[in-house]
Amino acid sequence: MAKITLKDLSHSYLTKQNKDADWALRGIDIDWKDGGAYALLGPSGCGKTTLLNIISGLLKPTKGEVLFDDKDITTLNPVERDIAQIFQFPVIYDTMTVYENLAFPLKNRGLSKTEIDSKVKEIGEMLELTSTLNNKAAGLTADGKQKISLGRGLVRSDVNVIMFDEPLTVIDPHLKWVLRSKLKELHQKINRTMIYVTHDQIEALTFADQVVVMHEGQIVQTGTPVELFEKPKHTFVGHFIGSPGMNILPCEIENGQINFEGKILPNSTSIKKTNFSKTQLGIRPEFINFSDEGIEVKIKRVSDTGRHKVIDTECSSGSIKILANASSEIPSDSAHITFDQKYTYVYGDDWIIE
Amino acid sequence: MPLFFKAKLQIINMSLELKNVEKKVGLETHIYSTNLKLEKNTINILLGSTLAGKTTLMQIMAGLDKPTSGEIWFNGENVTGKEVQKRNCSMVYQQFINYPNFTVFENIASPLKITGVKPDEIKARVGKVAELLKLSAMLNKKPDELSGGQQQRTALARALVKDSDLILLDEPLANLDFKLREELREELPKLFEDRDCIVVYATTEPLDALMIGGNTATLLEGNVIQYGKTLNVYNKPENLISAKVFSDPPMNIAEISKSGEIFKIKDNNVQWKSNIKIKDGNYKIGIRPHNITTYKEGDNSVEINGKVLISELSGSESLIHFTNGKLNWVSLSNGIQQKNIGENTKLFMNVDEFLYFDMNNRLVTNG
Repeated sequence: MAKITLKDLSHSYLTKQNKDADWALRGIDIDWKDGGAYALLGPSGCGKTTLLNIISGLLKPTKGEVLFDDKDITTLNPVERDIAQIFQFPVIYDTMTVYENLAFPLKNRGLSKTEIDSKVKEIGEMLELTSTLNNKAAGLTADGKQKISLGRGLVRSDVNVIMFDEPLTVIDPHLKWVLRSKLKELHQKINRTMIYVTHDQIEALTFADQVVVMHEGQIVQTGTPVELFEKPKHTFVGHFIGSPGMNILPCEIENGQINFEGKILPNSTSIKKTNFSKTQLGIRPEFINFSDEGIEVKIKRVSDTGRHKVIDTECSSGSIKILANASSEIPSDSAHITFDQKYTYVYGDDWIIE
Repeated sequence: MPLFFKAKLQIINMSLELKNVEKKVGLETHIYSTNLKLEKNTINILLGSTLAGKTTLMQIMAGLDKPTSGEIWFNGENVTGKEVQKRNCSMVYQQFINYPNFTVFENIASPLKITGVKPDEIKARVGKVAELLKLSAMLNKKPDELSGGQQQRTALARALVKDSDLILLDEPLANLDFKLREELREELPKLFEDRDCIVVYATTEPLDALMIGGNTATLLEGNVIQYGKTLNVYNKPENLISAKVFSDPPMNIAEISKSGEIFKIKDNNVQWKSNIKIKDGNYKIGIRPHNITTYKEGDNSVEINGKVLISELSGSESLIHFTNGKLNWVSLSNGIQQKNIGENTKLFMNVDEFLYFDMNNRLVTNG
């Protein structure tokens, strides 16, 4: 197992780069500890698959270095890197039994029969495949097959890193949590560096201790699930994490204070830098309350989801979503709202101003 | 007849009605005898898992498929057997279906061109729906230059542009990323607000139904279990089947016994007091995941210990799967509640929100 470092990494699929958008990845700096559980999270097109291919050696970066345990491996090919990768769709040998499938990577590396046997049985047990070890893989359900793919990735103890690329796509929604739980448990048991790539926030936040959120080729924030939810460092994180996402609204900065809708909001730290092309205020729907005073809004629509109410409101700066308890009374026409000061943030050109 | 009465008569008649509709394929029954009346200006959700019969029902409604027996009435006319081309209906599917060689404009305009609408009017109507669906800037692009969300918006725009009497949406958001689904789900009800049409929307996701509102029919294995106002069906499921179909994550169920004011879960030692008026005896309870939380909610809560299988985090909510004796349950709390696998944790159940069913699965009371 290895510590993974990405140093000032950039990649472009074009031969000449004139603007930011010509880069699939820009200025990626990452330090991943040996044995950690990490996730790369972002929508399609954010660069996460490019990054994964650079780590696995399928792609050579335009700029920057990849290091395993402080050793530069940027020019090594995938085989030399000693990694295991699990893909979106199960990759298995249909004509082999479950046992033979799991034994395959070990056999290729010339392990002894007894070594192979104990490894395969150990992984088989962890994945609850013991009773089907002698069955042909062809007859299994999609999640059964994907379990074998996972098992093959996990069976070798000499890999530097195990990478998962949207591994639960083919799994029935009602079974996903079972495999999520299995994966997390496996990480705790075997303690290897694991990187999990997904566009699904639940998958990323559930699996990883540290989540790397990517947007348009850049890392916009790395943090624990709590950090990403409570203090988004970039408007995209606010929008992408949480459902509904954060309200992002235009605001002015006057003498270090936030002016929103002509009202000065109380804020603890005074803001010094002001030369942004746009400044915005971010507040999650969870942290807005109805009140006798404050910002005036019109109530547009109330959706009752059974467990809470999602209220669409509008003020002159744009629409604001509010989340309230299912049992709470919602004013009908217009109302006043206040923001929880602790969770109100200001963003300059999309990055948090601290 | 005076004009006033005539107009009124039409409004009364505007509905889609399935009368004893049944569909068999070979020996297999895909739809059991179904009666359903959908009114003008409503959105109707067909909610059920895959193979519940949602798509078959929609195809019968559209005239793409004929029922084995029974009748379909539209606006007071028996339309059973009338081909789809002669009905004024649009359909949107899970897969993004557009003409790959047409621009977005041409795609949206295609149903109008076929019926011979004049170019000026086409331009005006396409422009209007494109604006509604945020496609104005894309009109000259081809579908493969668009994101998945924009492709599905184009398909939706084509369905909306021709002023259909009946719009059928078959899991239109299923192939979209989480965030896009959230966005479009929110916009959908607004799109149909001012239209004199009947909308039918099939989905596997209870949250879709709740966010869209309107009416909901719960379906299981070819049977319509319950039909009514969405929130009513959710809050007062007629039976355990309807309750289960309308719960995601799955509803927690246990057998209980009641004696006086003491209610007790069989197979473990969890019990609570309640003065709801039902006879002593055995029942089943249904507890929605959000009524089991890591914090107390409501005036009457009862503790339950759980051994954590996993905590799944969505950002704003946390699902904790846990076991207690033979029960394998799931709880849903606000915020981020991280628990370790195998950890013993204390959870709180909101007793006032329990659903009680008799041993034949019929609802006895919803608290």
